Amino acid sequence: MLKRAVLLGAYVLFVLLPIYWLVNMSLQTNREILGALTLWPENLTFANYIKIFTSSSWYMGYVNSIIYVLMNMAISMSVALPAAYAFSRYQFIGDKHLFFWLLTNMMAPPAVFLLPYFQLYYTIGLFDTHIAVALAHCLFNIPLAVWILEGFMSSVPKEIDETAFIDGYSFPRFFLRVFMPLIRSGIGVTLFFLFMFSWVELLLARTLTSTQAQPIASVMTRTSTASGIDWGTLAAAGVLTIVPGIVVVFFVRRHIAKGFALGRT
Amino acid sequence: MNKVRNNSAWWLVLPMLALVTFSAIVPLMTVVNYSVQDVLDPHTRYFVGVEWFVDTLNNPGLQAALARQFAFSLTILAIEVPLGIGVALLMPKRGWQASLVLILVTLPLLIPWNVVGSIWQIFTRGDIGLMGWSLRQLGYPYNITSSSIDAWATIILMDVWHWTSLIALLCYSGLQAIPEAYYQAARIDRASRWAVFRYIQLPKLTNVLVIGVLLRFMHSFMIYAEPFVLTGGGPGSSTTFLSQSLAIMATAQFDVGPSAAFSLIYFLIILLVCWVFYTAIMNLQKDRRGEGPDA
Amino acid sequence: MVDITLSGLAHSYQSSPSKDEDYAIRHMDHVWEQGGAYALLGPSGCGKSTLLNIMSGLLAPSQGDVLFDDKRVNQLPPQERNIAQVFQFPVVYDTMTVFDNLAFPLRNTGVPEAQIRERVHEVADALELTSHLKRKARNLTADEKQKVSMGRGLVRSDVAAILFDEPLTVIDPQLKFKLRRKLKEIHQRFAVTMIYVTHDQLEASTFADKIAVMYEGQIVQFGTPRELFERPAHTFVGYFIGSPGMNFLEVDMADGQVVCQGSPLAVDESVQMAIEKALSGTATVKLGIRPEFVQVSAEPGEGFIEVSMDQCQDLGTFSILSVRLGQVVLKARVEEGRTLPAQRAYIRFPPEHLGLYVDEYRVEIGGIHNKENGPHGEGNGLHGEEEA
Repeated sequence: MLKRAVLLGAYVLFVLLPIYWLVNMSLQTNREILGALTLWPENLTFANYIKIFTSSSWYMGYVNSIIYVLMNMAISMSVALPAAYAFSRYQFIGDKHLFFWLLTNMMAPPAVFLLPYFQLYYTIGLFDTHIAVALAHCLFNIPLAVWILEGFMSSVPKEIDETAFIDGYSFPRFFLRVFMPLIRSGIGVTLFFLFMFSWVELLLARTLTSTQAQPIASVMTRTSTASGIDWGTLAAAGVLTIVPGIVVVFFVRRHIAKGFALGRT
Repeated sequence: MNKVRNNSAWWLVLPMLALVTFSAIVPLMTVVNYSVQDVLDPHTRYFVGVEWFVDTLNNPGLQAALARQFAFSLTILAIEVPLGIGVALLMPKRGWQASLVLILVTLPLLIPWNVVGSIWQIFTRGDIGLMGWSLRQLGYPYNITSSSIDAWATIILMDVWHWTSLIALLCYSGLQAIPEAYYQAARIDRASRWAVFRYIQLPKLTNVLVIGVLLRFMHSFMIYAEPFVLTGGGPGSSTTFLSQSLAIMATAQFDVGPSAAFSLIYFLIILLVCWVFYTAIMNLQKDRRGEGPDA
Repeated sequence: MVDITLSGLAHSYQSSPSKDEDYAIRHMDHVWEQGGAYALLGPSGCGKSTLLNIMSGLLAPSQGDVLFDDKRVNQLPPQERNIAQVFQFPVVYDTMTVFDNLAFPLRNTGVPEAQIRERVHEVADALELTSHLKRKARNLTADEKQKVSMGRGLVRSDVAAILFDEPLTVIDPQLKFKLRRKLKEIHQRFAVTMIYVTHDQLEASTFADKIAVMYEGQIVQFGTPRELFERPAHTFVGYFIGSPGMNFLEVDMADGQVVCQGSPLAVDESVQMAIEKALSGTATVKLGIRPEFVQVSAEPGEGFIEVSMDQCQDLGTFSILSVRLGQVVLKARVEEGRTLPAQRAYIRFPPEHLGLYVDEYRVEIGGIHNKENGPHGEGNGLHGEEEA
């Protein structure tokens, strides 16, 4: 038992140490950072955070990121749920090929689509809008959502659907009242993954925006100036990008333990 | 489950199809279009056939990037898969400790990829980073901007830090699905700890591991932001992977045709590797009758 | 090969149990003798599986001792107890062949391969698994898998006991019967102690030489199927064994007579004295009689009391009559071909078949006990739906 705890503790320490270092630096002044190495902030300062929270060009980066992530989650979920239901319950012409083609989209490197996306969204006037990024992220998020949800839905016996229809449920009412609660874990895990991949992506988000919808990831590049890098602010901005993730994990923690196997154990 | 034949299920798929077509097929067509043309300016273009493809395949810089890419992906898989399984086996099964460990372990997965790069940049700098500073204190001249070995080791360490959790969570979830009776039966059968792992846990993890390996392969093959921020692809081009090469070609040099051809080859390689891996696993899983000790 | 003794055993899943209900096993003293075929019978939730897990070492008891012969094994894990257990749902090692599955418990202790092969074939033969030996276990049907699970228990020739935890739950009814026979055969062939947990009296009586009936965490009776039928030691055993269960009449004294719901009952003098004595305290006193022994008549007669007809269930060769005596419903078994009364009926309880129960436990008195004969003079008297 003790050996297990020590080994696990070592791994958790490995995970936390770089994050701790980021937090440590975010609470120091640049002078302290660049001076002698200190293991914890000796002159504790919140100036870096205050700077971010008082400058709209900074905090709007977070707002923009959250807006397009939420948009993407809503869009992906609303089209993936019916599609996943169709794949898990029905046979139809071309279903297998369609499913396979869908999965291949997850394997498309975003870098491949940089240029065409830029041209496409520029042409239709969506460049530098939140919806452009949200739609672009659908490229990998919709296939992912369909795939995860299909796994969970297939583990729900078909008899449940049949019983509900015999009991006089209409399809939409059955779907919302009976079916969705049954795949709650699956929906939780899917939302987690949708959030994760949209929130962490940088390449497309940066390419499709300039000023109005700029994500926090590209705002952060402003910390490097001619006079060197503003380490304190960079670290504080980095710490703040972790916070939404913690909130999301906290909400879905009960579903992760079982649902992370994506219904495929 | 035997499914019902019903072609009107297409209506349920349609909204999804419309969106994915918009974000995948239209741009992909553009790429295909560019890949066979030489675009001099918006009004002048020539059809060049497969010339860009031939060029790309013969480009030593890109060949080197591809080799590096495979070396990177295989290395991180070789480390992350066993480590992830190990972490999953160590994680507490229930109680508040389980929730806490789960949240802590999940953290790296939810950090934006460029921030991951920044975290490691800060962490490994020789002057202000805990790791870089410590290594130098120990007498090792650690420097990721001049030593390509240091740069490689750091990028791999960063990726292990970033993604081992994904494998661990998948396996943890797979382990949770094993009924207690299996462990009880193993104890009754006097199975060793290793036998329990080999014959109960590992077989039940096969499915999640296939998912994990595929996801990790795909994402490691597309890695861009983390090395871009951490090493900028250097020193020299020793940590320049495929996505970065492509981004430079497409946006900095604006070589539209060659980069489109490169894109397609890149995409096809990922598809091919995933397909080969998946087919191989599925074949392995088939029951081969007549196997086992002669009786 | 040992006797398994449970001494002062109790177990609770709570950390600080206070009342009786907190215990899954309440104070238990019992001996399973070497080589017996036993059944542990009881309704679900009575603590059967808990008891099994304590014996095999999967659970450590909160109080009391488990002894293998004279050796206290409380702290020994299952690996060191040398005991086999088969679970309710099949557990097979998916990736191994049937042969490897059966060989697994032997290989784990380093038995020589030649010996393993011999033993596996012997067991596979007994369970009719020989033709499947080379197949992967994951491709088997549920009942084949369960046979493999049982085989892994049987393959170990030196075990102290094999414990079966409702092993036939997932098996088809026809196959169930066959497998039970098989187990019995194997028991005779290998002479190893077998303890078979079930909630089905028929399953218990066809498998076991002696049955332990469990109720609310206690073994309320341990005996042959016949003893359980003829002299249930506890009202619960009376209810639970037999189909339908035993009739119990709560009795009182009035005007120097034993009465139930106002009707006087004829009983032996010694019984009447015992009832009077018991009633002088605060005890509840019941008389129990099997439906098979209740005499029914359409005409009044000496010692008969009047009851009203409730319903009649025709079961082919016999009928089960429900009659009302005041508030109490009694069952009586009537053979085929008898004309049944329509509205009123008269019943009599032969004194030799009446049992006296004080506070739910049977009290044996000189004159009351049975003369060793069942209603049909043969069989164990358990009337389930006997299979062919």
